[in-house]
Amino acid sequence: MAITDDVLVIGGGIAACTAALSAAETGARVRLLAHKKSTLRQASGLVDVLGYVDGDGPFSDPYAGLDSLPEDHPYHIAGEDGIREGLRIFDEAVGDAYQGGHTDANALVMTHGGTMKPTARYPESVAPGLTSSSGDMLLVGFEGLTDFDAPVAADHLTAAGVPFDVRGVTVGFPKSFRSDAKVTRFAKALDRDESVAGGTVRSVLADAVAAELDGETRVGFPAMLGDDHDEDVRDELADRLGVPVFEVPTGPPSLLGLKLEDMLFDALDEAGVRISSGNPAVDFEAADGRIETVLVDQKSRMTPYEADQIVLATGGLVGKGLDSDREHVTEPVFDCYVPHPEDRYEWSDPEAFGNHAFARFGVVPDDELRPTAEDGEPHFENLRAAGGVVGGADVAREKSASGVSLATGAVAGRLAGEEASQ
Amino acid sequence: MSDAESPTNPTLAPDAQTDDFEAVEVFPESTDMDLRPGADHCYKCTACDVSCPVAEVDDEFPGPKFQGPEQWRLKRKDDAAVDDSIMSCSNCMRCDDACPSGVPLSQMHNTARGEYVDEEMDKLSREYIRNRILANYGTLAQLGSMFPRLTNTMMGNSVVQKINEKVLGITAERDFPEFATQTFREWWNERGGPQVRSEDKRVAYFHGCYSNYNTPEVGKAMVRVFESFGYEVVVPKQRCSGTPMFANGMLDDAKRAAGINVENFSGLIPEGYDIIASCTSCSMSLRQEYPELFDIDGINDLSEHTYEALEYLRIHEDLEGEIREASVSDQSFAYHAPCHGRNQGLDRQAVELFRELDGVDIEDVGDSCSGISGTYGWKEEKYDKSMQIGADMFDHMEHAEGNVGMTECPTCSMQMEHGTGYDIKHPLQLLEEALV
Repeated sequence: MAITDDVLVIGGGIAACTAALSAAETGARVRLLAHKKSTLRQASGLVDVLGYVDGDGPFSDPYAGLDSLPEDHPYHIAGEDGIREGLRIFDEAVGDAYQGGHTDANALVMTHGGTMKPTARYPESVAPGLTSSSGDMLLVGFEGLTDFDAPVAADHLTAAGVPFDVRGVTVGFPKSFRSDAKVTRFAKALDRDESVAGGTVRSVLADAVAAELDGETRVGFPAMLGDDHDEDVRDELADRLGVPVFEVPTGPPSLLGLKLEDMLFDALDEAGVRISSGNPAVDFEAADGRIETVLVDQKSRMTPYEADQIVLATGGLVGKGLDSDREHVTEPVFDCYVPHPEDRYEWSDPEAFGNHAFARFGVVPDDELRPTAEDGEPHFENLRAAGGVVGGADVAREKSASGVSLATGAVAGRLAGEEASQ
Repeated sequence: MSDAESPTNPTLAPDAQTDDFEAVEVFPESTDMDLRPGADHCYKCTACDVSCPVAEVDDEFPGPKFQGPEQWRLKRKDDAAVDDSIMSCSNCMRCDDACPSGVPLSQMHNTARGEYVDEEMDKLSREYIRNRILANYGTLAQLGSMFPRLTNTMMGNSVVQKINEKVLGITAERDFPEFATQTFREWWNERGGPQVRSEDKRVAYFHGCYSNYNTPEVGKAMVRVFESFGYEVVVPKQRCSGTPMFANGMLDDAKRAAGINVENFSGLIPEGYDIIASCTSCSMSLRQEYPELFDIDGINDLSEHTYEALEYLRIHEDLEGEIREASVSDQSFAYHAPCHGRNQGLDRQAVELFRELDGVDIEDVGDSCSGISGTYGWKEEKYDKSMQIGADMFDHMEHAEGNVGMTECPTCSMQMEHGTGYDIKHPLQLLEEALV
């Protein structure tokens, strides 16, 4: 016996969750098989679709740039319908916690470096800080929390020519932690509103910021305003300051990414998706061009998982869905074909932010998102791919990582679910 | 162009360069285990620190990233000792699961802790003696269970508890676990060993200390369930799995225990036996910590053939089908996945399975650590932190529909009971009720 389901989705990030939710909608019995905690913990928590093509942009309409994308871009397979489908699944999964669904237009969200990112969906806590909406801004950073330098971020935004005034200040957090304390420690102190000299963490913080406030109509903090009780924290600060309060997405470990991960997993639970996590899929057994069993390395012993349909959503080079050594780029689970130049010096561009070949590495999908071999034929009849493991998109330059994951996840998951339910 | 090609400097002929080349030993000390690749894989993303339950409540604790790769590098220098904060790591192993880069964090922590205890701890100190006693719970339990009623009365006595706290540093806040009047092994011998014989379905049961001395009903449930599926169950002589010893840096004790366990179990594998544990820390230890820390004949074989009991049935039987056909009287559970179960990928299986069981309502109380972490929560100075870590779980349990707790881990179940007053069941007990 093996552990048996209709659809097995391998991965734990946005693409895998979307594929699992999409497959579950078809009525199939679905299992998500995740290895480690996903790269969502390192992600900003923002959901982008398309902001730039080949250096052109930012686009206010993410769909307007689709036609100019290179031929092998996964958006051409998923299509505008696929993107919309992915966003619908996402919106249903996260509910009111995210905004942006009311319009097709991209919002401009500021990053912790003070740059702006064209984004399709953003956490509710980020909304008051959109640079595409008006109102002078005070950014607040903390001594000891090096992730966000408010004065530098403010200077960056000003230099980018935003149509409002931005000022950055650094204040002391009401409670002192060890010098390398994690954002979660700050968030918990705010969550619990711990007692400090002169009051509680929230009230003393509000007082310190109020003293700095000079007519600005919104105040931004690094994304650490509470974890379990984040709404209460923001509401209380806004109330005490008399202006809206927002969060600026930070680098890893990102609370917004962690929260998004929780929401997506809750949605999986709700949809009846079964979850196995903690161990990697490493091998498989196949017969007649179909994968029959996926083998999971459960602390050096193989556990077999069976399914009619498989979706590979293990991520790209960072998520370890792709592997590379000095000569080759490989897809480690099913050994799917990943085209790349023979000469390793052609994998990257001399410019740091140039047009890198490695950014587009990945499996080559057919029109049903099945990874193909060098001859263009699918490796396996019942294997589809979604997200970062699919090649052809330069998601960092395009600002399309989440969108590609959502769109390919939605399409691959639906096709897998429909096949399995037949 | 490849990296192997000669540099562009024409004055350096490639041959001359190789002739003069002397390999520089960057880290001259040799260790039993080469942990350098692990240290090199760490890219300082701090995912481990964020998932560390101790770092969350203990501001003095620098976190798994420091305890693992950073400390490993620091102590390459002759004059750098292992930092004493290593003793605050509770060995929950959550950092292993969080690391996106495959750094063997818990292995690094176990090694560093062993080194600290060996080289820096005063063997006559109260802390050392207390830790040694806690780590060797099995020995203590063996003595205690000879006169279970007397021991229970003694250990439940508040004066004795106060003495334990004052003299030994074992918290008086907790009730000492009661010893069963008949141990699992006594029961096993009384019934005359295996009741089912089979050539092809064979398991060797690793009951561990707790289900032997304290909760034999779990061991009995395990035997009855497996026999009902037609398995021949044997129960070899065994010692503690070593988990509390790893957590207290008592690696020599752990190695002795491991040696006996490997010897008694691995010989059965060629005869077709797989090894089954009902405690997730025991199965974790046999599977992961043994081969990571010790080099003993047969240790890898044992690791590869060890399963948690429910996991084994899910893989080898149509457990789900059986559960769907079965039913029990109405009951509802608040389930907590122990950290060591989580790290084996078993955190969802009980909920997934019992959702299908008629009469049962089961709810996962979330992914927080229970906070007791074996011996950690028994230490006087750690007790408050242990309860702070557990606060999320208590809260979620009280908000869950269920009024009976469920978990696979004996110490998690102590903490659940201590924090909420709920009765706690092991999944095998419910399985027995449904299937036997």
